[in-house]
Amino acid sequence: MGLAADASIPKSQDDTIARAQAGDHHAFADLYAANKRRVYSLCLRMVGNVAEAEDLTQEAFLQLHRKIATFRGESSFSTWLHRMAINVVLMHLRRKGLQLTSLDEAMEPAPDQRPGRSFGAPDLTLSGAIDRLALQRAIDDLPAGYRLMFVLHDIEGYEHNEIASLLECSIGTSKSQLHKARLKLRDALRIHPAFEGRR
Amino acid sequence: MTMSQTNISCSAFQNQLPQLIGSGENVSNHPHLQSCDLCRALLSELEVIAAAAHDLFPSAEPPDRVWYKLKVAIESEEAGSYSN
Repeated sequence: MGLAADASIPKSQDDTIARAQAGDHHAFADLYAANKRRVYSLCLRMVGNVAEAEDLTQEAFLQLHRKIATFRGESSFSTWLHRMAINVVLMHLRRKGLQLTSLDEAMEPAPDQRPGRSFGAPDLTLSGAIDRLALQRAIDDLPAGYRLMFVLHDIEGYEHNEIASLLECSIGTSKSQLHKARLKLRDALRIHPAFEGRR
Repeated sequence: MTMSQTNISCSAFQNQLPQLIGSGENVSNHPHLQSCDLCRALLSELEVIAAAAHDLFPSAEPPDRVWYKLKVAIESEEAGSYSN
């Protein structure tokens, strides 16, 4: 059918979207070329695995191809596609066993999980430069639900009300999960050998 | 925030912290932090982590094979032979 990802010819996005909605394969290829980096980056951040991110990017654009005719412009195309990609990742994580309902457990953590328990003296190792590799490792080690919340809020810039809507949880849960994710990262960095001696 | 917030315990403050951070308020102005080095350090560390993480994930380009596989999937779907 002659699909070719070519973003070399500048066109208005509205025009491109309209043509893709009408079944123009070249227009769809242009949309892919224009949006592939953002969608792939999102998938990679959310799952932390290159192979999975590639599959999810493919799935997100396949969904786009199926549903583009339903795009009515209520939100920007970019936002619409981004949400579609997030939902694809969420479906994937749910299939892998992520229980988003369990997020509510974070609202009432067990006493031994409260942040104050592990709270010690100020740790100046975290006030200076953070070891990027150690932080990356710590994020990779986060439970999927915490990682999801952390990426959506701190990396992708979603507000708590948007996350609550996306994940079908309460705003309080979103806040609580994000906080717990940050605490887990902090604990991981405090004990990580890479931080020994850093000031 | 009221003056009564000045005398709350670290545990109580930390239990409030998720809501405070998500509220959009400047948490560093919280009365408890004016007299608590430990909680001020905690907040600072969490902010450092969030800022560092924000710069940790540069955007990345998917390899060309993603497009080729997508193209095949679309063509299969359009041909009516795609099964999911």
